Amino acid sequence: MEFFAWCMMAAGLGMGLGSIGTGIGQGLAIKAACEGVARNPGASGKIMTTMMIGLAMIESLAIYVFVVAMIILFANPFTDHVLALLAH
Amino acid sequence: MIHPFLFLQWIEEQLHLHIGEHVTYTWLVMAILIVVSFLATKSISMIPSGAQNFLEVVVTGIDGLIEETMGKEGKAYFPLIATIALFILVCNLIGLVPGFYPPTANLNTNAAMALAVFGITHVVGFRKHGIGYLKHFMGPIIWLAPLMFVIEIIGHMARPLSLTLRLFGNMYGHEIVLMIFLALVPLFLPIPMMLMGVLIALIQSFVFTLLAMIYIAGALEEAH
Repeated sequence: MEFFAWCMMAAGLGMGLGSIGTGIGQGLAIKAACEGVARNPGASGKIMTTMMIGLAMIESLAIYVFVVAMIILFANPFTDHVLALLAH
Repeated sequence: MIHPFLFLQWIEEQLHLHIGEHVTYTWLVMAILIVVSFLATKSISMIPSGAQNFLEVVVTGIDGLIEETMGKEGKAYFPLIATIALFILVCNLIGLVPGFYPPTANLNTNAAMALAVFGITHVVGFRKHGIGYLKHFMGPIIWLAPLMFVIEIIGHMARPLSLTLRLFGNMYGHEIVLMIFLALVPLFLPIPMMLMGVLIALIQSFVFTLLAMIYIAGALEEAH
């Protein structure tokens, strides 16, 4: 049973740690984009597009962590093995 | 973790068929797109009205986006890009309707699209540059080429992976968040999340299309 408790811990902690970096990165990107638009409102369209691509790139880091967390929680490859060990 | 009730799934159970829900809903989205475009273009007039007007706005918007991102050369790839954009957008938005399942919340649908983009990128590159396309992978300095080649290959392999996982993670994550909120407080609380779902659907289809365009444009341009 301890195995599953650690699985929950790993998924939750991993998601949290992954979000920290992503949050900081996206914050920096949006800060720079806002400054750019404030200085030159005419370029807002181009800045918006670039920022969107950048945000999507940064965001995919958190998404990878999310996918790994989902694999740990719902599609853990070791579950059957651990259950078989628990049975006897 | 799927919707509590999917009507196509229910019909399948009545018919004793075993097709994945993402496949049936992909067919549904395809049918929607085909029927809408057929109805809109049935009676084309110089002064557009109704459905034709709406579709013209959409097509012009995508056309402008391609022109802006890929330049004049990108016109040739309009069918591919526009199909991907519309398909993903409709797939994403359909998930917000109760009883529907977004096909993009499944790895297989996204992997199919990302692999198509991956394939077309390199086919386009080889058709445009011939064997000189390999220079794209060589980097600027010739004696660094063996190292750069490995790195570039890994980078190119990571593209379909990241395209797939980004779309899948966003849509699937949104589904799961909605399910959890529905289980906690069924009344009113999911509504802000669904509003965010509209935003995610739009942004993710935009990002997928934009990245596909950038990859194809990268294969088209001369090696640095």
